[in-house]
Amino acid sequence: MAQFDWQPVWLTLQLAGTTTLLLLLVGTPFAWWLARTRSFWKQPVGAVVALPLVLPPTVLGFYLLLLLGPKGVVGEMTQALGLGLLPFTFWGLVVASVLYSMPFVVQPLQNAFEALGDRPIEVAATLRASPLDRFFTVAVPLARPGFLTATVLGFAHTVGEFGVVLMIGGNIPGETKVLSVAIYDYVESLEYDQAHILAAGMVGFSFLVLLTLHFTNRRLEVRQ
Amino acid sequence: MKHSFKQVAVAIGLVLGLVAGGAQADEVKAAVAANFTDVTKKLTPIFKEKTGHDLVASFGSSGKLTSQIENGAPFEVFLSADAARPKRLAESGMASTPFTYAVGKLALWSADPAKVDGEGEVLKSEFSKLAIANPKTAPYGAAAMEVLANLKLADSVTPRLVQGDSIAQTFQFVSTGNAEIGFVALSQVKALAPEEAGSVWVVPQELYAPIKQDATLLKKGEESAAAKAFLEFLQSPEAKAVIEQYGYGTE
Repeated sequence: MAQFDWQPVWLTLQLAGTTTLLLLLVGTPFAWWLARTRSFWKQPVGAVVALPLVLPPTVLGFYLLLLLGPKGVVGEMTQALGLGLLPFTFWGLVVASVLYSMPFVVQPLQNAFEALGDRPIEVAATLRASPLDRFFTVAVPLARPGFLTATVLGFAHTVGEFGVVLMIGGNIPGETKVLSVAIYDYVESLEYDQAHILAAGMVGFSFLVLLTLHFTNRRLEVRQ
Repeated sequence: MKHSFKQVAVAIGLVLGLVAGGAQADEVKAAVAANFTDVTKKLTPIFKEKTGHDLVASFGSSGKLTSQIENGAPFEVFLSADAARPKRLAESGMASTPFTYAVGKLALWSADPAKVDGEGEVLKSEFSKLAIANPKTAPYGAAAMEVLANLKLADSVTPRLVQGDSIAQTFQFVSTGNAEIGFVALSQVKALAPEEAGSVWVVPQELYAPIKQDATLLKKGEESAAAKAFLEFLQSPEAKAVIEQYGYGTE
């Protein structure tokens, strides 16, 4: 037990951090659109975003392996752009995680934006705030609990990701061997001691994350 | 939508009754290593014809199946992809003495018909990714590492290795083209249609220790004549012919 391998832990934190950041950047305008639009496409697009909630991760992993592979549409594109192939790379996992954790970021944001209603935005408009100004100085601060929930859930869900990573990761130490895969590996090779350290750590981490989320959300609600 | 306790109890009872009723005396519950899936499916009807017994097989990685057996899974026989795990079960009193039912052969394979040569020289070329099964958990993965070490290629190839969770997943990495080449089981290549067979190098046996696949009678099968009949059938000339036809050796 002298030299326990912490690399999967750092790698997982990096993956979850990168994914959450990207998801907030992409998910915020997306959620805003979903919350405000009256377009016919609102429901179909919302359903597509929610797909990872119900699909087994293996479905997503399988199609990503085909799509990102050398014979897949996306794979041909990344190769043409000189990026090489995404499966078995850290950035391949980022792409997969962004898709996989999308509903956990977009839905809380959408709910928060919808809960604002039209009024604060309209009031800001009468005070001659530009649309961008309205969004950043009115909508975003008011939707703070939504942002907190989205960040925490997006991060935690990526940490807990397993099936997709197993399908397209290739178990490369320091590149795609994340926590959940490392635990699986230890269990498979009957090294239960190491498995326990990581697995118990995950249980503790997840509990703390959810507990913090509940407390912070309550504090924010009380303040508002 | 509130169900009374009674309704729930009746439903559970029904399900349990169906499960129990479905299990007949002449059924063999087998845990079978994933690489032996095709052969098992081929053997099942022959076994049924010979003995009248049904074989119900659950496929998975040997490691996973071993964990399940150790934790009370209802399997009666175990066909592992290695010799170590059945031995471990036998030593802890959960299985009888194992025997070798098949000897796995390692193949270097590519889905590209022009990629792999008959000498394995491709390993020294500028390929992008080489897929192997996880050497820690899959015997074919360990054998692949042994081959690379014997060819003194381990250092040059290691940065380009990708690991499949099982030999089945390794095969999938190569067949989708995500890995250009990969060490897979010869039996997997043999199962392909000719137009999908790609190119293959059957790795010479002197480059790796024989991949002995051992089978054993588990504690839950001790009382079952059908389970014993299956293990006997597995060592019959007829079964051996099928096993060899799929690219395995026999003892």
